[in-house]
Amino acid sequence: MSSNWVEVCAADEIDEEDVIRFDHEGRTFAVYRSPEDEYFATDGLCTHEQIHLADGLVMDDIIECPKHNGRFNYKTGQAKGAPVCVNLRTYPVKVEAGSVFIAIS
Amino acid sequence: MTTGPTKRDYSLLGRDAQAAVANGLAAAEWYHTEIPRKQMKELMKREDGPAIRDTAVWLGSMLILGALGIYFWGTWFAVPFFLAYGVLYGSASDSRWHECGHGTAFKTMWMNDAVYQIACFMIMRNPVTWRWSHTRHHTDTVIVGRDPEIAVMRPPDLIRLVLNFFGLIDVWYAMIDMLRNAFGVISAAEKTFIPEMERPKAILVARIWLAIYLATIGLSIFLASLLPLMLIGLPRLYGAWHHVLTGLLQHGGLADNVIDHRLNSRTVYMNPVSRFIYWNMNYHVEHHMFPMVPYHALPKLHAMIKHDLPAANPSILSGYREMIPAFLRQLRNEDYFLKRELPPTAKPYREEFHSEPVAAE
Repeated sequence: MSSNWVEVCAADEIDEEDVIRFDHEGRTFAVYRSPEDEYFATDGLCTHEQIHLADGLVMDDIIECPKHNGRFNYKTGQAKGAPVCVNLRTYPVKVEAGSVFIAIS
Repeated sequence: MTTGPTKRDYSLLGRDAQAAVANGLAAAEWYHTEIPRKQMKELMKREDGPAIRDTAVWLGSMLILGALGIYFWGTWFAVPFFLAYGVLYGSASDSRWHECGHGTAFKTMWMNDAVYQIACFMIMRNPVTWRWSHTRHHTDTVIVGRDPEIAVMRPPDLIRLVLNFFGLIDVWYAMIDMLRNAFGVISAAEKTFIPEMERPKAILVARIWLAIYLATIGLSIFLASLLPLMLIGLPRLYGAWHHVLTGLLQHGGLADNVIDHRLNSRTVYMNPVSRFIYWNMNYHVEHHMFPMVPYHALPKLHAMIKHDLPAANPSILSGYREMIPAFLRQLRNEDYFLKRELPPTAKPYREEFHSEPVAAE
């Protein structure tokens, strides 16, 4: 499956240990900046009840859904327990010339 | 043409459950007061300190009160110690179960999980079943046929409410559920909200609890004394009154089948002792609107958004003064509910699905 790199935003538009929502061609993504200043991306909606994760809380490598407090590791997409049971899909991310790009397949 | 009151079907598998899905009430998008992201992040921030302090006070007090109750057992001096112990066991466990179930009380997850298990045992709510039922409660708050945690259905069963101040109905059903689960049976209603992979855990917990209760009963028989049961099990009856007193105010007498928590939830100012027992869940509109905010940050959240909410009830008594007459009206007309006035600074209610003509201003 081929991927194309899509520009999300300037790297400094995402606070450290935070997340933003990114919509592209009818799809929604969550793009994260970790406390270690690394960038990650996942699908934007919680796999439990389709809530936007960008309204949630980033704690270390965890994103917590704002509706039911379901937790995922946003680096791997792994669901960390009830009420989330299905992993999040993750996407490659790169930072070039001060901008964040994600690879959307 | 006039129509009579709408008979409600609270079954999770019934007519109203299907209707809620069909008309968009289930898993709907709810109203939220707007809060800038930076402030929201501050409010959501997790800490271990407040909950460690409160848990030490809670369990430490139970230890001391229980020890004094044992020491004075057989005399009237034991009564006040058991009354206080009972409230910490049979009422404070309700809010601890709730807050730790959300995973917001402590920053450290294993601490949330440990207190959650202890509190679930005390309040007699299977930790697996109730985690999932509460998830549904937040998705579909007071949506008839969808919310498994509606405490006061319409028309209100006032005898049931009174009996529950002593835990009688809740404990009866908790025991039946525990026995059923211990024998490996998950009910059809439970299957609507507990995923299949989680069901064996619910059964395992029920079996462990059954063993603990049988051991406690056995010890009571062996000692020919009620004392072991006064410490484990019975406090869920004689100490339940405070969690029912505060819990009924959460949604009692307010709207159902709406998607704006300002219409179906109530914030009540309470005394510091009740707030400790209840872990600030008196800020209930705020909790439902933003369940990620820990209990210790709810007063700050309230101050931030109260311009957009109906005025809080100034006391528990004030809450009951509006709620009891509403229950009595609902005995005659199930469609009746209280609708509180919003301040001029608030955004209008989201009133989709709402039966306007029977609201009381």
